[in-house]
Amino acid sequence: MTPVSVEIRNVALSFGATQVLRDITLSVKPGEFFALLGPSGSGKSTLLRLIAGFNRNQSGQVLIAGRDVSAIPPWQRDVGMVFQSYALWPHMTVAQNVAFGLEERKLPREEIRRKVAAVLDLVELTGLEARRPGQLSGGQQQRVAIARTLAIEPQVLLLDEPLSNLDAKLRVQTRQELKKLQKRLNITTIFVTHDQEEAMTTCDRIAVMDQGVIQQVGTPMELFDHPVNRFVAQFVGSVNLFRGTFTRDAGALHFSSSAIGEVALPASLKPPGAEGEIAFRPHTIRMSVGHPAAVEGEMRLTGTIEGEEFLGEFLRYDVQVAAARVVVDHAHARGEASLATGTPVTLSVPAEEIRFIAA
Amino acid sequence: MTRTSPGIVAIALLIAAFLLAFLVVPVATVVYTAFSNAEGGFTLAHFAAFAEISLMRESFANSLYVAGMTVLFASLLAVPLAYLTVRFQFRGAVIIQTLGVLPLIMPAFVGAAAMQLLFGRSGSLNLILNELFGFTLPLMQGLNGVIFVETLHYFPFVLLNLAASLAVIDSSMEEAGQNLGASGFRLFRKIVFPLALPGYIAGASLVFIKVFDDLGTPLVLNVTNMLAPQAYLRVTSIGLEDPIGYVICVILVVFSIGAMGGSWWIVKRRDFAIQSRGGVAAPLRKLTPWQSVLAYGWIGAVMLLVLSPHLGILLLSLSKVWSFTVLPEQFTLVHYATVFEDSTRMIYNTFLYCGLAALLDVVLGTAIAYLVLRTQLPGRQLLDHMVTVALAMPGLVLGIGYLRTFRGVDFPFIGPLTASWLIFVIAYAVRRLPFALRSCMAALSQVHVSLEEAAENLGANRWHTVRRVIVPLMMGGILAGFVTSFVTAAGEISETILLTSRESLAPMSYGIYLYMQSIAGRGPGAALGVIAVVLIGLGTWYSHHIVSSRSPLDVPGEKT
Repeated sequence: MTPVSVEIRNVALSFGATQVLRDITLSVKPGEFFALLGPSGSGKSTLLRLIAGFNRNQSGQVLIAGRDVSAIPPWQRDVGMVFQSYALWPHMTVAQNVAFGLEERKLPREEIRRKVAAVLDLVELTGLEARRPGQLSGGQQQRVAIARTLAIEPQVLLLDEPLSNLDAKLRVQTRQELKKLQKRLNITTIFVTHDQEEAMTTCDRIAVMDQGVIQQVGTPMELFDHPVNRFVAQFVGSVNLFRGTFTRDAGALHFSSSAIGEVALPASLKPPGAEGEIAFRPHTIRMSVGHPAAVEGEMRLTGTIEGEEFLGEFLRYDVQVAAARVVVDHAHARGEASLATGTPVTLSVPAEEIRFIAA
Repeated sequence: MTRTSPGIVAIALLIAAFLLAFLVVPVATVVYTAFSNAEGGFTLAHFAAFAEISLMRESFANSLYVAGMTVLFASLLAVPLAYLTVRFQFRGAVIIQTLGVLPLIMPAFVGAAAMQLLFGRSGSLNLILNELFGFTLPLMQGLNGVIFVETLHYFPFVLLNLAASLAVIDSSMEEAGQNLGASGFRLFRKIVFPLALPGYIAGASLVFIKVFDDLGTPLVLNVTNMLAPQAYLRVTSIGLEDPIGYVICVILVVFSIGAMGGSWWIVKRRDFAIQSRGGVAAPLRKLTPWQSVLAYGWIGAVMLLVLSPHLGILLLSLSKVWSFTVLPEQFTLVHYATVFEDSTRMIYNTFLYCGLAALLDVVLGTAIAYLVLRTQLPGRQLLDHMVTVALAMPGLVLGIGYLRTFRGVDFPFIGPLTASWLIFVIAYAVRRLPFALRSCMAALSQVHVSLEEAAENLGANRWHTVRRVIVPLMMGGILAGFVTSFVTAAGEISETILLTSRESLAPMSYGIYLYMQSIAGRGPGAALGVIAVVLIGLGTWYSHHIVSSRSPLDVPGEKT
């Protein structure tokens, strides 16, 4: 089956006086693994339910394979959804759950049996056909939910936080399996999650949502490297963000902020205006004890160690710089001791790791 | 923490003795009599004799037929109403809650006489139909009448249980069905109804038991070819020695316990553990204009039917003459005067018996709840189970059991128990104890143990803790249990007609039944019925009021 596109055009939705989706426009390419990422209440689940037909948009259009589906009821949409709760029916066996959609499509008995067997094989649940959902582990239940949805060979696959009910270790394993399965089936898939790591590791592209508005759409690397606003920068990865004013003086660039004071920036950088924010990620900071000689093309900050968290792969330091705290990640080597609180340090950030966010 | 002291053990033994004497032994006596010959040996001869009599075979078939058809019609009435309230957004919710209570406040046998006048062969409906279209409906003929009256009375059991069951289904269960292509009636049949099956089965099995065991309605409608009326007639006309009556009792008990156990088994076996993992309740659906017309039409029709016994009995109580006319032609208050002149003793008796029975119920209920939930007494669950069995015990069986077990037994001070008014109090209390116990258990399980521990820590002994902390905190549940026991006892008829040995002992329900036996007595009977319904209605309203006015704030330390 050739994969289809999903397009959302100027969609808005309110529940009473609450605007849940505001002028959403989005294009998911055929065969793409696409994530809707945002905190709870951002509208991501509402948008997913809109595509499935459980919510109605008050304005705009939802197009699947170029066809407006706004008026089509959920049971005729051919859009498969895996529910966060899995919604497996406890009064049916695994096989009956999976066969349900095929029976609704009035397929011949023999074909239903063949398809159920095939899809259970796909999710590696062969042999559990006669079990009831209550007799399965969480991971098995999740795979039954996916099998039940895939059985009808939907045009689009919708996943509503499918990993949130699994424990941490299983979650990592399952998201890799999900990614492989999606690539193998080449089915347009939309994945809702509040976990940025989950979205970045599995999906081709991500739409970051907040307060019913799409903040930015891009590949995981684009979002991480070039966040367009404060929300995206903070939601995708960790970041140090400071607001201030930029002044250019005889070729030299200065940044003045109430938080980190007066700082010289590499002259090659081009701030977006006289005011704005600078952003730099903790892992791009090089930290040295004392006051080493300055290097051309770097931003330098001086401060003192205020605290630390050991996270295994790296040490996360809190460094007091003027009136602000700067987060610094330092890769950990075996046997290396951590720096004591109060140690004076110098922080260097290379020019290419500094981002500007317009005011 | 062990909480077993000699006092606790004594209370438990006392309760066990009461249940043994007034529940287990009488029922066991009935069963023993059915299976024993003149020398006291085991025999199946009485069952063979039962099967020989064609009237008995007919009665057995009729009882099954009536109970089955009532379940069917009650379901047809209740299922759409339950689905409407729980899944759709519309203003009828209050109406449906009313629909759920209204029929229950009037005992079925009271309404039966009025139903004759409204839907009988020459009742209001058929007079109109005959006038306009030239045909009549045999709604009240023979078994049809019993099915009709029982359906209107008992459908709320299905409605209330099913609605409760529907309300807890995770909405994503339904959405998953829609997502995979099911909608409308198929969605309901394949997903929604099977998921709500536990509630439906609980309600339907209760309806089956109640109808299968009912004595009052068939007797008032003069239908005697059913099991319960046959048992009553055998015992009262042939005498307590006639074994056929006991055989019928055993059949009633077996079917009642079977229906209860069967429903429990079906629900257990199907593994209905609803897995809730962060599913969100979807907003209630809106009705399309067409659906609204259908929904309100259906509710209106049911409402009219449900109110008809109430209206009928009110009209009957106020009518001077009502026969072969659509509505009474002359109105009068004379029936009420008659009732207040002749029957004040019965009204007094009802208050005395039912009040004492309800009091006994809440005392026993509180004590058993405390024993089960707050002590480690071995075998305490047995008390709970014994009480639960009382739920499936037909009043007729218990009544016959009392007569057989206690005849000729003289108690100090009161003489023969079966000739004393105390027998009513005991009989009413035993069969209503399950309701009172549920109420008390629910109330006690809401009281956090730490509240009691705080009292003990400050120096109160166990008895003081119960009296000053536990009982006050349980008071809402205790009152609700009291009122439930009181109102259901006031409408009881099976035990009542068996145990009434002389008229001065009779409560109101017996009076209504007696009046309804004659045409001339229908007016006063209806008047007494109206008084009973008003009393029961007020009681029901009051218990609702008590339960719903208790906000969580009133119960500190409530478990969440």
